Amino acid sequence: MAVTNDDVRHIAMLARLGVDESRMPSLVAELNGILGHMEVLSRVDTARVRDGQIDASSAAVSEMWLRPDEGPPLPLLAPRESFAPQVRDGLLLVPRLATHVDEPEESA
Amino acid sequence: MSPAAGAGGAPDLSALSAAEVADRVASGALAPEAAVDAAFARADAVDAGRGGLNAVLHSDREAARADARAVAGRRGKAPLPLAGVPVAVKDNIATLGLPTTCGSRILEGYVSPFEATVIARLRAAGAVIAAKTNMDEFAMGSSTEHSAYGPTRNPVDRARVPGGSSGGSAAAVACGMVRVALGSETGGSVRQPASFCGVVGVKPTYGRVSRYGLVAFASSLDQVGVFGRTVDDAALGLQVIAGLDPRDATSADVPVPAYREAAAVPLKGMVIGKPKEYYPPTLDAGIRARCEEALEALKALGAEVRDVSLPHTSLAIPVYYIVAPAEASSNLARFDGVRYGLRVAGGDGGLRGMYEATRSRGFGAEVTRRILLGTYVLSAGYYDAYYKKAMDVRALITDDFRAVFASGVHVLFTPTTPTPAFEIGAISDPYEMYLSDIFTATANLAGNPAMSVPVGQVRTLPVGGQIIAPHFEEYRMFGVAYALERALGGVGAGAGAHR
Repeated sequence: MAVTNDDVRHIAMLARLGVDESRMPSLVAELNGILGHMEVLSRVDTARVRDGQIDASSAAVSEMWLRPDEGPPLPLLAPRESFAPQVRDGLLLVPRLATHVDEPEESA
Repeated sequence: MSPAAGAGGAPDLSALSAAEVADRVASGALAPEAAVDAAFARADAVDAGRGGLNAVLHSDREAARADARAVAGRRGKAPLPLAGVPVAVKDNIATLGLPTTCGSRILEGYVSPFEATVIARLRAAGAVIAAKTNMDEFAMGSSTEHSAYGPTRNPVDRARVPGGSSGGSAAAVACGMVRVALGSETGGSVRQPASFCGVVGVKPTYGRVSRYGLVAFASSLDQVGVFGRTVDDAALGLQVIAGLDPRDATSADVPVPAYREAAAVPLKGMVIGKPKEYYPPTLDAGIRARCEEALEALKALGAEVRDVSLPHTSLAIPVYYIVAPAEASSNLARFDGVRYGLRVAGGDGGLRGMYEATRSRGFGAEVTRRILLGTYVLSAGYYDAYYKKAMDVRALITDDFRAVFASGVHVLFTPTTPTPAFEIGAISDPYEMYLSDIFTATANLAGNPAMSVPVGQVRTLPVGGQIIAPHFEEYRMFGVAYALERALGGVGAGAGAHR
């Protein structure tokens, strides 16, 4: 499964990464090189896992427990106003984008 | 006897263990700021400037001294286990008062509004957070070359890498700046640099230590780890930070034994597995020799060494480099220019352009590569072939460990790394770099505790031996480590001058 330039453009779009076209050939080569090493997995017999003899979902933490879905209240260590860039009417404000358009204020 | 004066007029306390420093500060035999001053004097001598180690990214000397004085101010109460002990912390663990940048431009100058549980526990134990340390960006790397703030150098040989991604913390311990440091592990990022720098590095069981405040890379693998100059330093560090934390749903409600008491564990009757897959024909001959000598030393103490097999070991790197980037691609989506740090306007003046410009400018090459890789293996049409298959093989790797420990083996002993520290810039192929973690990533995938202990040198470079134990059996692991350290000559068995 070789990765193409279009694949990289697509996944970069999904990942919200801008990839310079000049960087494309080396990125494609690197990803194909890495993925080539992954092909070995396709030849591994995982029937024991598929058959449920080994629980894949919890394999990494097989001896751990789920705690009850409850706990003490976990308040913030400091009020958010103390570290937010700006707060107005209880809402955090972030810098404006050029494409933001304010709704026209209703005339009285 | 007064400690000898070191660089900058501060006493040289590098011969004192963390426990000895704490005892002396608590009793008043040592000035509260003494160890902190010694740490900064050491950093002044070796860390900064051209050719310096570049282990420290952020520190606040006066704040650290004030913290030390506050610890001393509580004399008369129960002694604190790390009273006045300076601790270095990897820069992906949230601290109040010092930036948390993860070695990335995208978080340059970011100061967390909350503190990690491990930091709160260190402070409660009397420790002083002396510095935040350099790292591969977002913990993605095995050399600490992939930091936006320049590479860290190995204190043993400054032309070489300290390993990574927690290379700054490893170097801070190896150079004598601190006796205890925190790192984080996703695929070997504490044990591999510990091996390269000749210090002790511990990865606890997944769930043993709270991850609250550890910036997430790959959440099913990440775990806070501890560096120590000696096994005892590391045991004390882990003792303080381990245990259930209601703020971390993955932390386990398992009793925490007194790890330092493991120094008295007898090895007679202990079965130590020697997995053949960790001693391949391609293994560096010097590393093989040091590990064989370590096994002989354990045998001489009464342990039985048994040949065993973990047949899926060679698949760990392909599995790891699917699972970890997949999780990273999701975890790092939050760094978008809105919520944290860097924000770069896009050419279109809109939101998508801002996202792309910010992330492209803010992330380095390795992080970009892994986000793309992770997004690809999770994308429609490839999920089953890559991610689902990798998770199935991960289950087989985990089952290898379960089976070998169920067969009566108490711990495993392996080399930590296939080679000693390599030269800065020597490895440019990403996959070749990934192979640095070939002996360490398995324990992360399976969730087992593992640690690296210095076992000697090869061509003047440190060699680490790895002890892997069943889940939550850190006490047993420390027992073997204490015995091995004593048998091999104690402090500095692996690293030479450390300067």
